[in-house]
Amino acid sequence: MTRSDQPTALVLDEPLSLWGGIDPASGRIIDAQHPQRGAGVAGRVLVMRGARGSSSSASVLAEAARLGSAPAAIVLSEPDLILAIGSAVAEELYGVTIPVVVLDGDAFATIHDGQPLDPGALGAAASAHPSVPDAG
Amino acid sequence: MRLVVRAAEVTGARRLVDIVGAHVDSCLYHGEASIDFVERLARGGTRVSVPTTLNVGAVDLLHPELVHDDPERKERGRWLMDRYRALGARPTYTCAPYQLDVARPAPGEQVAWGESNAIAFCNSVLGARTNRYGDFLDVAAAVTGRVPLAGLHTTEARRATLVLRLGSDVPAELRDADELFPVLGLLLGRRAGSAVAAVDGLPPGQSEDRLKAVAAAAASSGAVALFHVVGSTPEAPTLDAALGGGGPDAVENVTLADLRAERDALAHASSDRLAGVSLGTPHASLAEMARVADLLGGRRVHPDVQLVVSTSRGILEAAEERGIAGRLRDAGAEILVDTCSYLVPVVRRLDGAVMTDSAKWAWYAPGNVGATSVLASTRDCVESAVAGRIVRDERPWGGV
Repeated sequence: MTRSDQPTALVLDEPLSLWGGIDPASGRIIDAQHPQRGAGVAGRVLVMRGARGSSSSASVLAEAARLGSAPAAIVLSEPDLILAIGSAVAEELYGVTIPVVVLDGDAFATIHDGQPLDPGALGAAASAHPSVPDAG
Repeated sequence: MRLVVRAAEVTGARRLVDIVGAHVDSCLYHGEASIDFVERLARGGTRVSVPTTLNVGAVDLLHPELVHDDPERKERGRWLMDRYRALGARPTYTCAPYQLDVARPAPGEQVAWGESNAIAFCNSVLGARTNRYGDFLDVAAAVTGRVPLAGLHTTEARRATLVLRLGSDVPAELRDADELFPVLGLLLGRRAGSAVAAVDGLPPGQSEDRLKAVAAAAASSGAVALFHVVGSTPEAPTLDAALGGGGPDAVENVTLADLRAERDALAHASSDRLAGVSLGTPHASLAEMARVADLLGGRRVHPDVQLVVSTSRGILEAAEERGIAGRLRDAGAEILVDTCSYLVPVVRRLDGAVMTDSAKWAWYAPGNVGATSVLASTRDCVESAVAGRIVRDERPWGGV
């Protein structure tokens, strides 16, 4: 069951480095290499198979949280320390909760673009199916 | 400490390990979140507990006039750089700390580094051990002196699971040409993602500058924190060593066409109109500075073209002593330190392409500073800067 006030999934075709990848003021994708350049991440559930690029992505996530343009949640298919810490700092500094959820391959693959999602329920699903942390 | 514990939860680590040094990327201003964080961190007189170097910031503190940013943003950027220095970190302000004697951990040593290219270089080329530490966690690790014992801090996670083998159609000339390496890095990052790959098929003993180009590119197109180049990186004297005695999950062929496709994606120019040339991303080594001066060979940069060479203040000092910096300036080059020309507005004109020998610059500059970038060899970049238009030698790529 879905509700119209739930955030919707933005499923990325390729991973995105948040630094150099989104403008934290607007939440738009600015990475010229990215096939979804111009799309807005603010308030969406950002779904990408993994992270990419810059270690400054943690700062950009926190800055986007400060400016109200952060995604509502981030869903990955493998853990990423940089995004997890950016989320923790966004919560600590600004009280903005951006769950960073890792889903296993099957659960990850079922999410389609535009689908309404409950970030809290995603977190519960992830903890019910814990994935093995990767190399980094 | 709370961030380090959170990191342990994310990585599944059961205990922490001491580190011998840190490289902190958090000193680059990304907005007020950067300032809010360090203000919170520094409450109570916090200082770093291990030798710590600082990454680039948003300002060239030695040549502030080279950065054409909003004055208030520059002031905030400068304040942040000073604030991190006040935590006890060395004011190196470079993305290539590994070029400085003070920041070269020994093989096997545990460290916590930020800055994606530096992380990949540290693991792959120095053989020291770090995970991908992002902003905030890098300085948290420098303060606590400890990180979760997980991922690339452990021997098991460092073995290659993917082999990229250069195909027989990749010409011998290209295998030993500078311009191969950033392109190879792009391909490696795209194919490996966050996995550890081993590249097989290159002549042994590749230079640190070439491996730096691989690291920077792979950490842009992928989430690469460690790669091996058989015969060149310390954990890969042989392919078997890189694989840690096990078998790879996959062996993939790399063709000349694959490499050309990666290069072409970042080398598109709609005309030969040239506004600028940016070299030194990551920061130029002393050898790279000397090479640019040699390639200029006493010629002057075309008056319509801005040539920027980015380096660290530490390398600049050595380049000044050896007369290299003077030769570059006499030719009309601008030498930028403490920051980089794809982070902040340095390139004055955007009405033509900006050529670069860095895949990382070519990747990020369009989004960050609005430049149309064209990836090329260092030689082509310098020849173009002198000619005042884009000139390219296609021969190493099998063209004419």
